[in-house]
Amino acid sequence: MADAGLVETLLRCVEKADGGLDSQDVATSLGVDHQAIVGAVKSLQALGDVISAEQRSSKHWELTGEGCEIAEQGSHEARVFSSIPDEGMPQGQLMKLAFGKVGFSKAMSNKWIRLDKGHEGGPRVFRTVENIEDSVRDKLLVVQKGQSSQLEEKEKSELKKRKLLSEVTVKSYWITKGSLFSTTITKQETELTPEMIASGSWKEKKFKPYNFEAMGVAPDCGHLHPLMKVRTQFRQIFLEMGFTEMPTNNFIESSFWNFDSLFQPQQHPARDQHDTFFLSDPAQAHEFPLDYLERVRKVHSEGGFGSQGYKYDWKIEEAQKNILRTHTTAVSARMLYKLAQKEKFTPVKYFSIDRVFRNETLDATHLAEFHQIEGVVADYGLTLGDLMGILHQFFTKLGITKLRFKPAYNPYTEPSMEVFSYHEGLKKWVEVGNSGVFRPEMLLPMGLPEGVTVIAWGLSLERPTMIKYGINNIRELVGHKVNLQMVYDSPVCRLDA
Amino acid sequence: MPTVSVKRDLLFHALGRTYSDEEFDELCFEFGLELDEITSEKDIISREQGDTKAEGASDVILYKIDVPANRYDLLCLEGLVRGLQVFKEKMEAPRYRRVSPTSGEPQRLVITEETAAVRPHAVAAVLRNITFTQERYDSFIELQEKLHQNVCRKRTLVAIGTHDLDTISGPFTYTAKPPDDIRFTPLNQAQEYTATELMNLYKTDSHLRHYLHIIEDKPVYPVIYDSNGIVLSMPPIINGDHSKISLNTKNVFIECTATDLTKAKIVLDMMVTMFCEYCEEPFTVEEAEVVYPDGRTFQYPELAYRKETLSGDFINRKVGISESTERIAQLLTKMCLRSEVMSDGEQIEVEIPPTRSDVIHACDIMEDAAMAYGFNNIIRTTPRTYTVANQCSQEDIADKLLKNISDTRACHIANPKTAEFQVARTTLLPGLLKTLAANRKMPLPLRLFEISDVVLKDETKDVGAKNNRRLCAVYYNKSPGFEVIHGLMDRVMQLLEVKPGRDEGYHIQAAQDSSFFPGRCAEIFAHGKSIGRLGVLHPDVISRFELTMPCSALDIDIEPFL
Repeated sequence: MADAGLVETLLRCVEKADGGLDSQDVATSLGVDHQAIVGAVKSLQALGDVISAEQRSSKHWELTGEGCEIAEQGSHEARVFSSIPDEGMPQGQLMKLAFGKVGFSKAMSNKWIRLDKGHEGGPRVFRTVENIEDSVRDKLLVVQKGQSSQLEEKEKSELKKRKLLSEVTVKSYWITKGSLFSTTITKQETELTPEMIASGSWKEKKFKPYNFEAMGVAPDCGHLHPLMKVRTQFRQIFLEMGFTEMPTNNFIESSFWNFDSLFQPQQHPARDQHDTFFLSDPAQAHEFPLDYLERVRKVHSEGGFGSQGYKYDWKIEEAQKNILRTHTTAVSARMLYKLAQKEKFTPVKYFSIDRVFRNETLDATHLAEFHQIEGVVADYGLTLGDLMGILHQFFTKLGITKLRFKPAYNPYTEPSMEVFSYHEGLKKWVEVGNSGVFRPEMLLPMGLPEGVTVIAWGLSLERPTMIKYGINNIRELVGHKVNLQMVYDSPVCRLDA
Repeated sequence: MPTVSVKRDLLFHALGRTYSDEEFDELCFEFGLELDEITSEKDIISREQGDTKAEGASDVILYKIDVPANRYDLLCLEGLVRGLQVFKEKMEAPRYRRVSPTSGEPQRLVITEETAAVRPHAVAAVLRNITFTQERYDSFIELQEKLHQNVCRKRTLVAIGTHDLDTISGPFTYTAKPPDDIRFTPLNQAQEYTATELMNLYKTDSHLRHYLHIIEDKPVYPVIYDSNGIVLSMPPIINGDHSKISLNTKNVFIECTATDLTKAKIVLDMMVTMFCEYCEEPFTVEEAEVVYPDGRTFQYPELAYRKETLSGDFINRKVGISESTERIAQLLTKMCLRSEVMSDGEQIEVEIPPTRSDVIHACDIMEDAAMAYGFNNIIRTTPRTYTVANQCSQEDIADKLLKNISDTRACHIANPKTAEFQVARTTLLPGLLKTLAANRKMPLPLRLFEISDVVLKDETKDVGAKNNRRLCAVYYNKSPGFEVIHGLMDRVMQLLEVKPGRDEGYHIQAAQDSSFFPGRCAEIFAHGKSIGRLGVLHPDVISRFELTMPCSALDIDIEPFL
């Protein structure tokens, strides 16, 4: 609250003024700082319609620090002139004066003084005229008196260039009486206190109105990263559909489980340095189920299980190479192998959501690591129609109902289908995931029974998250360049919305 | 996924009708192709090199079509048209035949034992009385390039050489010689070079330099001569200029040298099946003989037709449809897999042509039936698989022993993308500090946490490494806020039902750690075992991450609590 005395003084001024007055003029007439008047205006505004104050701005000229000095003591050139005695002064001595340098050149160009370079004992400065007129000082004094309008624009801009004047914008209020105008004010209470309740004094008090336009105080709370929020939703969907989470805590995987067990041939481009990160330490995996490894070798190099095989020289050295896993399907392979080792086959539904790594060209939508979402169902007699049906249910839970499927190629699934959904915003079909039926060459060597079909699908976590939260650059979402403001501001994730 | 670029009007002419872009896109979708882009040579040049360069370039409309990586039979206009026409039942799949020469002996390619050290296999064939036009010729060259890039794995597995047979005379010898002993005029050059000189010459060639490494460090280089000592090619680098084919070439000798014989046979079959339709007697290919050093002789191209028998019921069960056996045979025939219902009315005999090397199992045939039926015509059903859901099982981590952080070592990447990522991370702290640094404009205090996996070497695992789930948190403000990070740890322990205490509970005690400010670091023990540290970070650490404020941190292993 502003000084109560000043507030009342202001009110009396307003009462006397006809048609209103300017806060600057009030400040000048009362001889107080303008900011104090502004404070008084603000506190009066908070009381309701006692006064009305309209903000206006005006420009006027003011002396700079240097300008004030000149107004007081004279321009540099005038001071140079007056400090030179009749017998002249050595130039060196003159230059040592604070105003010497600037004043000397100005006085020279005004032809008030002259320099005798050849003078005995060094260059010496002499007066050339008897009297001078310090017009710079005169003009500044005019401005100081608030009569800057008497000067021509050209003169003002000249002084501005010399940094003696500056044009300032002044904000002021035009104050008029409000509908509840009164010269006496009751102090308003800001908040209800326990004392008021105890004494009942609240009944007599007037309370300052709240500003409902203002924001509340932000609660002191944590914020989850959008990827984690979306991941939670996907987990929820899988759990609702009866899927069990796979343990995916092995970023480092052998080529055997990542590729060979999936019937991905050893010359496949995905196994290239350009696509996959290999490890130099630990460079190799050293333990495999040997009988299974032999069956994998055989199906690749010779065929079997109804397959022609790829008919090439399968090398264990390739299979041993450790890599950063390129897909979580490596985990699915391990889980299916484990399932095949059970005495009696039981149907399973598995899912996982975790990091995978690809040696990709980095850009606004690709990073060398991302999260893969994967679902797998193994049972007797599953059909392609079942895969499409389960995908339909899965995507319906995501709020995507319009799906269609495109034939595709993938080394370890046959048939393979790309999943497209109709994007209402883009008015076109966009790819939302990949799916397929695992090849018998992958399943039978594991020891799964002949009639068991395994269907699977996958998608990335980043893409739906970027779409959901309207993020265009993946680097703002993933990695240390994450925009924390975005993390703070992002709403809860409801995928069906 | 390879992309094939074809002239739209040429394609429509061959297909016998025109399509709107949308119609053709739809047809592609159904057939498992993707119409990736509609463009022209002019567009491509102006996009890559600017408008001025594009002036005068052709503005004939090009379709760029993405083809599945295993469909080598769709990598050229001829193959695409044949595939689509058979699919639309506008034509029957042609039957490719290997024939003997009408007069004289077949062409013969003799392999010497020196090749064993560098590129031991070769196959060959002849296209007799072929008629090239500019378009056919371009497509013939383009197909070689597409095969080289895909199935040939950039010429490492197979390299193709095509020659004007009338400029050379058999028998041909495929041998390997020291590079200084090979001397010939290579394609599109005016003078002779030794192989050594050629390797130098091509070091700066934007196209060929990518293949030099395949033989560069070998003591001998592969080379093919005709009976007069003329060099046909020095695979997998370059052909000789002498035998190059032109628009006027009538008889083409095709050789493929390889490190993988299976792939060589596939590549040869693709080359001849795609272009034998332009021979005087269409769809016939003249055989050639290949003699191995041990005397074994083979006739190529193989053009093998394989038969598989499966039941209509199998297809119905796998796809989830119920079509008659006849209808299924008809569907498969649409996919270039000529099929007939056998006398029992149940079984279907499917013939897999040499163009469909991708069909290696009954499941591939089943997919083709599903594609011909139309994936989107299949009724979507719900599997009746009954399961109970579980969240990530805990047994696999419960038995894990706590390991001291200092015992573990980082796992190194052999081919890192950037200097920043040379090891799999062993701690979450640097990531959080970098995040602080990238968000210095945000109001203080900054409080960040991450619960995630790090990777540590572990001899007991089959791959020699394991993940470790950690919790890391930082508090960044004008004062270090040790009490804040300490309070966070207390809260975490409270939620994990670990009580303060020396033995069964948790406690902290002063520790030394170079990352932390001396005297401001403590080790955290839970159930008597060290699980991590907390404290105020060392000022040197803070400045190395380009931070300016005090920062306290907590870093613990949370696997014992999962």
